[in-house]
Amino acid sequence: MTAQPIRTRSKWNRFKTPAYLYLMPWIIGFLMFQLYPLVMSLVYSFTDFTMLNKGGFVGLANYIKIFTNDRLFIKSLRATFMYVAIALPLKMLLSLGIAGLLNQKLKCIEAFKVLYYLPSILGGSVAVSILWRFVFMKTGLLNTIICAIFSGYSPVDWIGNPGTSLATISLLQVWQFGSSMVLFLAGLKQIPQDMYEAADLDGAGPVKKFLKITLPLLSPIVLFNVIMQMIQLFQDFTSAFVITGGGALKETYLYGLMLYENGFKYFKMGYASAQSWVLFVIIIAFTILIFKSSSDMVHYED
Amino acid sequence: MKKALIYAFLILVAVLMIYPLIWLFFSSFKPNSEIFGSISLLPKKWLLDSYTQGWQGSGQYGFDVFLLNTCKMVIPTALLTMLSSAVVGYGFARFEFPLKKMLTALMISTMMLPNTVLIIPRFILFNDLGWNNTYLPFIIPAMFACYPFFIYMMIQFFRGIPRDLDNAARIDGCNSLQTLVLVLLPIMKPAMFSAFLFQFIWTWNDFFNVLVYISSIRKYPVSLALRMNLDSASVINWSTVLAMSVVCMVPCILIYAVGQKYLIEGMAKQGIKG
Repeated sequence: MTAQPIRTRSKWNRFKTPAYLYLMPWIIGFLMFQLYPLVMSLVYSFTDFTMLNKGGFVGLANYIKIFTNDRLFIKSLRATFMYVAIALPLKMLLSLGIAGLLNQKLKCIEAFKVLYYLPSILGGSVAVSILWRFVFMKTGLLNTIICAIFSGYSPVDWIGNPGTSLATISLLQVWQFGSSMVLFLAGLKQIPQDMYEAADLDGAGPVKKFLKITLPLLSPIVLFNVIMQMIQLFQDFTSAFVITGGGALKETYLYGLMLYENGFKYFKMGYASAQSWVLFVIIIAFTILIFKSSSDMVHYED
Repeated sequence: MKKALIYAFLILVAVLMIYPLIWLFFSSFKPNSEIFGSISLLPKKWLLDSYTQGWQGSGQYGFDVFLLNTCKMVIPTALLTMLSSAVVGYGFARFEFPLKKMLTALMISTMMLPNTVLIIPRFILFNDLGWNNTYLPFIIPAMFACYPFFIYMMIQFFRGIPRDLDNAARIDGCNSLQTLVLVLLPIMKPAMFSAFLFQFIWTWNDFFNVLVYISSIRKYPVSLALRMNLDSASVINWSTVLAMSVVCMVPCILIYAVGQKYLIEGMAKQGIKG
């Protein structure tokens, strides 16, 4: 930034108004609706709180039960890990790939961008989950189309079959790659063209240019995207609730669904709080792991 | 040749992605027997039956009630989010204050705070305050800028406005509030618009939170009504569910059609350092 013509005497603010006046809404909101619930959920996790009974302190009992005597927890954790493991890489690769293609000098880029982003806009809605059900159910759109092409095909129940149900709802996430794509595209636009021109002079091919220029310069955005998407995927709820109901032998019993059932169907709020903290710790652990493992690869411009 | 391949690939992906939505739209005008019976996209005869039937909703409350409910919840939430995050973003972007680095980091890190950890204590808190089964669990947090995504977006936009403007306004005798309202906010219109549209769409589509906080059918927003339709519709009544899904999607698609420039720009700003 260029030198500013005017400097104020005060070190802290240019205007005489205290900044806290403007920050006040957020400070109150943070304390009431974020920090307080965060602390309380930890407190509840050591109690047997239900809506009917205010709950007594039970020590680590909830946590002990989660890890030693809750088969659904193990099942749910496995389903959630599988879900993240399928959806996250596919979504990132697709959005990065398409962003790379759209960054070429092509016509109609705007039109493609608008179309690809549309599913992200509708994404988490019940309407889309319902659509997914109609596409993938046994008599649904997908099977109708396949049957029309291959006459000998016997329809697969994509949603009701334990082997395919999780992949089916993961695909709904991949379908919403548009928001990540927009972020990647914005990042790609920031990379100076002369770097590529210099690489051309050195005779570098497209793969080498991608690995040596694009990826390093884009890495902070990739990191941001991977982490935010991972956090969101770990908590997914709507698709499992509306499309599969957790079913096909609990293969899609995602963590969010388990928390909802324990907390708001059976009102075991103390127990659900403990489970939510287990998820929180898992998310933090993965975030740190991704940060640590990427620290050599991520390149910051500053 | 290479370009042609890229185009072919891009078009293929676009068709795969958009086809289900187009199919949904046309199918909602078909009779039940035709929906999965034939592979042709267009209905043989355009029928509005599923819309008139679906519009009746639960029998007790029509879909007009559910749409109105959704508006009562979504519009104040989106408006307040836009205003509060602009004000707070201004505080973060334009002032120096003690612990600024720490508070900014704290604000940004709350973006990563999982909603699933907060929802139980929030439910209990709102229950004690008598807010459950009203739209206050959405409106009040919006008023207090509890959506860090938007604060961050506003900060990014503020950083793009030269500080010389603030200084000029100050010399002209504006105080900080006047500078914000008279000088900066008019320039921030795209950002404000973007925040409003995002929050509108997200609250409109929200399912988990409304499922937790809203319990009586009289107060149902469209997402809960749709889910109720799905449960109660017999296997034979697909077309009404499809029709009401279209009704739920149309406002978001219209908003996207009008505001896609702002939405895409707002999303893009997230990833770029100011």
